[in-house]
Amino acid sequence: MKLTKTLLASTALTVAAGSAFAQDMADSMTLVSWGGAYQASQDKAYAQPYVAEHPDVTVSWDESSNEAVAKLRAMNEAGNITWDLVDVVAADAIRLCDEGLAMEYDPDELLAPADDGTDASDDFGDLIVSDCFIPQIVYSTTVGYRTDLVGDTPPTEICALFDMDAYPGKRALEKRPINNMEWALYCDGVAKDDIYDVLETPEGQDQALAKLDTIKDQVVWWSAGADTPQLLADGEVVMGSTYNGRLFSVIEEQDQPVGMLWDMQVFDLDGWIIPTGLSDEALARVKDFVYFATDTQRLADQAKYISYGPARMSSAPLVGQHADLGIDMAPHMPTDPENSKNTLLYNYEFWADYRDDIDAKFQAWLAQ
Amino acid sequence: MNDVILTPAGEKPLGFTLGVLAAAGAVAGIFIGAANGSSLLGVIGGAIVMAGIAYVLVKLLGEGLEKLARLGLVALFAVVGLLLSGTPGLVVGGLFGWFFGWFAYWIGFGRYRTPLVPYLTSGQVLWHYTFRVICGAIFVFLITPILVVMPLSFNAESFFTFTPEMLSFDPAGYSLRHYRDFLTNPEWTRAVENSLLIAPVATVISVSLGTLAAIGLSQSHVPGKRAIMAILISPMIVPLIISATGMYFFYSKIGLVGTYWGVVLAHAVLGIPFVIITVTATLVGFDRSLTRAAANMGANPVTTFFRVQMPLILPGVISGGLFAFITSFDEVVVVLFIGSAELQTLPWQMFTGLREQISPTILAAATILVGISILLLTVVEMLRRRSERLRGMTPR
Repeated sequence: MKLTKTLLASTALTVAAGSAFAQDMADSMTLVSWGGAYQASQDKAYAQPYVAEHPDVTVSWDESSNEAVAKLRAMNEAGNITWDLVDVVAADAIRLCDEGLAMEYDPDELLAPADDGTDASDDFGDLIVSDCFIPQIVYSTTVGYRTDLVGDTPPTEICALFDMDAYPGKRALEKRPINNMEWALYCDGVAKDDIYDVLETPEGQDQALAKLDTIKDQVVWWSAGADTPQLLADGEVVMGSTYNGRLFSVIEEQDQPVGMLWDMQVFDLDGWIIPTGLSDEALARVKDFVYFATDTQRLADQAKYISYGPARMSSAPLVGQHADLGIDMAPHMPTDPENSKNTLLYNYEFWADYRDDIDAKFQAWLAQ
Repeated sequence: MNDVILTPAGEKPLGFTLGVLAAAGAVAGIFIGAANGSSLLGVIGGAIVMAGIAYVLVKLLGEGLEKLARLGLVALFAVVGLLLSGTPGLVVGGLFGWFFGWFAYWIGFGRYRTPLVPYLTSGQVLWHYTFRVICGAIFVFLITPILVVMPLSFNAESFFTFTPEMLSFDPAGYSLRHYRDFLTNPEWTRAVENSLLIAPVATVISVSLGTLAAIGLSQSHVPGKRAIMAILISPMIVPLIISATGMYFFYSKIGLVGTYWGVVLAHAVLGIPFVIITVTATLVGFDRSLTRAAANMGANPVTTFFRVQMPLILPGVISGGLFAFITSFDEVVVVLFIGSAELQTLPWQMFTGLREQISPTILAAATILVGISILLLTVVEMLRRRSERLRGMTPR
């Protein structure tokens, strides 16, 4: 495309043709993400290099991923889509896709092939969990603890969360059943492979809640990703669950007395969706950006700024060092073999089917 | 009230002095004891220590050595505090020593009676001071959250946490980095810029429309005056989230969502009630015969308005404008609906920042905003005084 532009520019007809070409794509884009260090990493790895290549394009960021589903519904009802590309977790992407608010796409057409020529659909593989979902990263929800509050035997496995004798003190857990129910069953002696079979049944759900009951009066419930790092930095909790990238930032960048567990980390995916109902110019620009921002090198670049694993298989060998700290990022990736000995993958199908029921039960339990 | 002596002071019975001081010591002891493990021990220890100190001060040293005794007590408490918990203990201990030194003499020599009339009963005296303590407590309750924010904004760490370095007043625990971030980070500077572009324009619209509406509604011949007033004031009464949702759907239909003018108009609507209320209040004291006199001398209504009426109601217009400005400058709900990524205002940035990354930059921004608000409210208060002076009332 760049070549076409250059060629056109060298002929007399160009001025008109060139500007006509430029008009085919919108010259501004609104990207929606989560704010904080994560959005900064996307800005540095994707948006800034893109703008460097296309100086006429302006990119604005909107930190609204948290309420993306609700806002997209409202925009759709008002018939006025103001977002061009939205970063959401896979579960939200599946919902938006089902509701027709996200656009279905063809991976091999929209996304760049790997450097060795492998089709994008193979390079991303199973991570394309929905027809609308363009995967970017693999992240995990795991547990961090205060190294100065756990005594001489820091925890090594997830069940330390429920061990009030060895690790007394407050814990921070996310205010939703997902992950908490799985961890509770696992620590109540349910085999990992049976967790979702047990959780399907009302008895299994009660079993998980009963296990959570044992620590309920010591739990601080969080809802924003920034909560647990703040609680850990305060020493207000002795341990708490949060995203692995947040813990990396607390430990390595902020230098707080915090350690982390990789045991039973729950993998989840985060990626882009393109809202339906964009104008042709906006859509053309977004497609161009997505092709650029999800190629092998760009995904690997993002790992320079935050410890989330690139969603492409071909990007993994390219993960290098942290841009500021100069430490190797590979050992901090949730997908690193050392870290992923005992893991769980977010079960999209299970939670799509049972989320409403279990949510209701969980909220009722919280209110008791 | 300090200088007038209505009742001569006199030394109180020793039992009374020791009892009151022991009670005060016990209350202080609860906190110190709780911090060190046993509140019961703290209560008993505090009561004994304070009773002892009171005895030494009032009985042994007496009024003659008051200055020296009080200084000594400050030093003693400061040293004890320093030994117990370092530099912060020094400051807190010093303050304790100062307070109890003053308190012991105040109680012991009956000085609390001096500003009060002599015929009050003990119960009335007690209530007089209890009432003041309650008022003070309410004031502390209101202001503390704002005061806590200010030192935290100078935190050298990236968390909302008083670090051990900060508590021991170590300069290494403090830094201006969050102010630097606020002033140099494009996210924040753009937010400030947007707020400064939106608020004044919204204010001008609010003030023009609000003033005209107030003047119109103050005429006696307008039909349905109360109903119109109620509708104009409604944005102040209807829950903001309802207005915001309504505006969102209405503005999307006419293509104003996500535009500069959309946000400006929405904020102007929110600001108008403030202008109407303040200007209406000023118009109550406006003498209508002045406009008739101006008309009598040949001035047309527009000239009359600008030359006669406007200068007289100007304080009300300006204070209404300041409220409208602050409304727009502090508003987050409507802008979350109507705004767009390019139009993020300061409160929007603070709101998302608080949710996504708890960074003390928000506190730095808050401290600066509190400063601006105090400045604006001072201006409002000064204008109010001026207006009352002009109307011949005594400013209080």
